[in-house]
Amino acid sequence: MTVTPGGPPNASVIHDIGFRHYDGPRLGRGWAFRSLLRETLRGAFGLGRPAKVKIMPWVLIGLICVPAIIIVAVTIFTGSSDLPLSYTQYPIAMSLLVSLFLAGRAPYAVSRDLRDGIMPLYLSRPIKRQDYVYAKLLGLALAVWIFVSTPVTILFIGALLAKFPVRQQIFGWLGGLFMAAVLSLLLSALALALASLTKRRGLGVAAVLATLVLLNGFVSVLISVVNMQGSENAGWYFAALDPYLLVDGLSAAWLGVDAQNSFAEPQGALGTVVFTAALSLILTGAVAFLLRRFRKVGGV
Amino acid sequence: MATITTSALTRTFGPVTAVSNLSVELPEGVVGLVGANGAGKSTLIKMLLGLIPPTSGGATILGLNCLTDGLQIREVVGYMPESECLPLDVSATEFLVHMARMSGLPASSARERAADTLRHVGLYEERYRPIGGYSTGMKQRVKLAQALVHDPKLVFLDEPTNGLDPAGRDEMLGLIARVSSDFGISVVVTSHLLGELERISDHIVVIDGGVLQRSTSTAEATQLSGSLLVEVTDQAEAVMARLTERGATVAASGAPQSFAIEFADEALPHAVVQIVAELGIGLVRLQRRRHHLSEIFVASGPAPEVES
Repeated sequence: MTVTPGGPPNASVIHDIGFRHYDGPRLGRGWAFRSLLRETLRGAFGLGRPAKVKIMPWVLIGLICVPAIIIVAVTIFTGSSDLPLSYTQYPIAMSLLVSLFLAGRAPYAVSRDLRDGIMPLYLSRPIKRQDYVYAKLLGLALAVWIFVSTPVTILFIGALLAKFPVRQQIFGWLGGLFMAAVLSLLLSALALALASLTKRRGLGVAAVLATLVLLNGFVSVLISVVNMQGSENAGWYFAALDPYLLVDGLSAAWLGVDAQNSFAEPQGALGTVVFTAALSLILTGAVAFLLRRFRKVGGV
Repeated sequence: MATITTSALTRTFGPVTAVSNLSVELPEGVVGLVGANGAGKSTLIKMLLGLIPPTSGGATILGLNCLTDGLQIREVVGYMPESECLPLDVSATEFLVHMARMSGLPASSARERAADTLRHVGLYEERYRPIGGYSTGMKQRVKLAQALVHDPKLVFLDEPTNGLDPAGRDEMLGLIARVSSDFGISVVVTSHLLGELERISDHIVVIDGGVLQRSTSTAEATQLSGSLLVEVTDQAEAVMARLTERGATVAASGAPQSFAIEFADEALPHAVVQIVAELGIGLVRLQRRRHHLSEIFVASGPAPEVES
């Protein structure tokens, strides 16, 4: 800092330091991938955005936590010996809130980039096209996982406060987090595939919400109809068509816990295989669709 | 030294040939890439960024092969698209930090360079407001800033003056000239307006229908050829006759007592002054008129749209 002789020592001087070149490290593709994932995650919760973008995600986070807090309070107050909803059942019971969160966040993650034409900027960076798809998918899935895991963790803390057996609760909680991750990935892949079809965010919101809510309703009705027709052992197959019921059934098959909807529990080893195959089929299908979709759009 | 060298670069889309057998060297400094819409400018840039492979031929850019080194090229090259490309609900600062990270800069450097770059393109307090509220000129500056934020060695600017008013256009052109002269970053700038590129480019490449029409240094193109406009008070015919005797090519112009001489040798202005002095008449005007690029390219097929 130059000090003019005789002038006050703290006189401010504006220096034009000119354009400075950057000689530091360039971290390349992996770092760019992480940056895009981080940006997607921040966007999902409205961080770094104006207040009106923050409202929806945070209201929904509040809403999905309220039942967990009530459950914990009641459990401790009544001295009950178990949680009325298990760690794996809770996200399925809250499926409407989870669908609402996805309906808002999935279009926000992709249709904005399509509408505002940001794709060419990403493509002129050191990443490849598939990196964009995977970063968006993982970023959104991580956001949904945080959304679902927060109340599950509140239940866990409540269980510890209620002095339930610690070892058993830890395994239950970890199982809950794992199934929440499976649910998040599956729902995010489906929601992104739907949202990527349109540049209009409103349309994307409607498409995702309608699909997730209607699918859940239709499949539930379908199963009860099939069961009423007397084919008691066939109804559960259809649970594989709805992401929530599929994950509900898988938690029963993989972890041996009670499903939220007992009619979604797959029967026997064959059932486990069918449900696992359905999960990988839907996941790979949605990802393949996304890769294909983004191979075309956003040409420079 | 050439920043970009293409050799027999060709790209076809089905029956359409977008770029045809293009072999050209682009030097450092500001290179103007001129061509009408659909001339193959964008396809050329896409191939140079390593985003689409050429059908045949190849290119090196900063010594990297565009067929195999796409990722490394995109680390040290900036790109400003022609289209709208800014997210509307984040601030310019937030957006630039993200774009710097996407180019591989670590978090702290990304923040520092985002602030620096926005200052250089002339965005100050506005940079904390969402981009959706910016004017066209400000958005255009943010687009330029995102191409420069990672300190590239070369930037591609696709129609950077599109949609700007004359004052904004002048500022943008001044900024582009500074990118090359002050920042030391080579620039490839496309436009369909020759008049603009003439002012800031060191070198001009004209393509039409995917075919190279001309690649020439701007100084050569506008200085070596040209004419001298002369206006005298009287006896213009006598002056013209004496000049013709000296071997100059003289053409009468529309205005009275004035004519044009083809600028053949450097001694010509002296000769004019001498003849005028000998005849004892007054010299009103002795003006060197440079060719406009548009005149040079008139012969090269359908001329690009020219701004007068």
